[in-house]
Amino acid sequence: MPEIRTETMTVNMGPQHPSTHGVLRIVLTLDGETVRAAEPTIGFLHTGIEKTTEQKKWQQVIPLVERMDYLSAQSNSMAFCLSVEKLLGVETPERVRNIRVLIAELQRINSHLVWLGTHGMEIGAVSVMLYCFREREQLLNLNEMLAGFRMFPSYMRIGGLREDLPRGFHAAVRAFLDAFPAKLDDYEDLLTKNEIYIERTRGVGVISKDDALAYSLVGPIARAAGVDYDVRKCFPYLGYETYDFTVPTRTDGDVYSRYLVRIAEMRESLKICRQALDRIAPTGPFAVDDPRITPPPKDRVYTEMEALIQHFLIYSQGFTVPAGEVYTPVEGPRGEHGFYVVSDGTNRPWRIKSRAPSLLACQALERMIVGGLIADVIAVIGSIDVVMGDVDR
Amino acid sequence: MDAPALIAALQEDVPGASLEAAASADLHTTIYASPEDLPAIARALRDRPDLRCVFLAELTAVDLHPREPRFELVYMLVSLEHRFRLRVKVRLDGNAAHVQTVSGVWPAANWLEREVWDLFGIAFDGHPDPRRLLMPEDWDGYPLRKDYPVQIRMTPHSSQPLQVTEQEFRANLERDRLTRR
Repeated sequence: MPEIRTETMTVNMGPQHPSTHGVLRIVLTLDGETVRAAEPTIGFLHTGIEKTTEQKKWQQVIPLVERMDYLSAQSNSMAFCLSVEKLLGVETPERVRNIRVLIAELQRINSHLVWLGTHGMEIGAVSVMLYCFREREQLLNLNEMLAGFRMFPSYMRIGGLREDLPRGFHAAVRAFLDAFPAKLDDYEDLLTKNEIYIERTRGVGVISKDDALAYSLVGPIARAAGVDYDVRKCFPYLGYETYDFTVPTRTDGDVYSRYLVRIAEMRESLKICRQALDRIAPTGPFAVDDPRITPPPKDRVYTEMEALIQHFLIYSQGFTVPAGEVYTPVEGPRGEHGFYVVSDGTNRPWRIKSRAPSLLACQALERMIVGGLIADVIAVIGSIDVVMGDVDR
Repeated sequence: MDAPALIAALQEDVPGASLEAAASADLHTTIYASPEDLPAIARALRDRPDLRCVFLAELTAVDLHPREPRFELVYMLVSLEHRFRLRVKVRLDGNAAHVQTVSGVWPAANWLEREVWDLFGIAFDGHPDPRRLLMPEDWDGYPLRKDYPVQIRMTPHSSQPLQVTEQEFRANLERDRLTRR
């Protein structure tokens, strides 16, 4: 019998494959249906945001950093503001801190909903996508109410917030928080015990605890592998140590564990949101009372000369930030995230570096998919929740 | 752990290493290390039982042009066991911007070092895959250097425009008409 000739096949997946969440290209070497080698190629969405920020005044950086990780815009701008505030040495009022916590947790739910919807759709559960985007729409409506912009509100400011909460915001958030647990149960009904979903995800894309640490994986991916690391617990900021919540972890490190961790995280975020909402008074300070950073209220600008000058200075020259460097980690939807900010004492940043959790997740992708089946590649890419805007910046 | 204690601990493992404490606004312990000692210090940071910095949170560079030494590499480390964060910085000369890779100590450094090479042009000796990461492979220059112009337009070398000039277009049409007949 003649010997069967076998050879590997190289398949180019992406950069415009619908399941690569943007423009990720993976060169796969296949032996039949088994992946023998994988090489992720990135950079197709590189827009040089870090270089652009060096030309901007400090407050002008906020809309730019929101567009890096476009699914966690408010979390990005909050991380940036926290870094710069530390360099400035200003302490924001407690009400601002509570509002930021609320917004960050709503952003986490928002991001996880997009993840759940797209991940479900990619492996065949299309109806999940419709439900998730229905609830996400309500969160985007909240953003619109807050700032007039749905995806990139630019509501954070260095030193606080752009303006006070709109009228009726508490009631709108509470209505969402009351309705959402039942919706979350609906998603779980569709997936958690679904035999097809479990078959597609359990034991797929496994990464061990040691590898997760070595590859600097953070957030739900690391916690699904048993790394009990959450910045909110380990290095608390914004008073997270005063909130009652737990950090869900699993030990299997597969796609299914990541799903369970994220679902549990959404429930914990709801708990934090409720506590934060109770602490936020309907009116009060929304920015630090520091004439260097915060522009005066408009009625004073129209009536007082000093206020007009102050307003003019802040909007024309900006403000200077003392020379130094700072990095404040926060727990974004994809794990530890933060901005390494270097100032040379002028009104523009010298260097801003975003710690990109998606970049490192992309790097570890190879370890998760080699040895598996090609059909699982899509499930794994979905499960690590890469946002290419964050990878390429 | 404060900087003097960290320096003392590291000098136990790496005798004669030149280390100095640096100021930091965010209270994360920061030290300067010399590029020659870096591989040994990296291993000590990861393996010493009282440090155990197994988690490399970030690796980046800062260009201080026109000052010399021009570059500062920044390694941000987290010890999950002992719950502290620290930064190790390495000063590099602008004319000889290269340092030993740490991707053998922290595998996560692989892409992070490639990114630094790509955007700053700092070479990592012994790196397993020294290619650009974000920019096209045939890109000229290192965009995040301070002497790199901000608004320039470069024609990508890797692809040529498919458009033809008007004269060529008309010539093509003419040729088509002639051959079809």
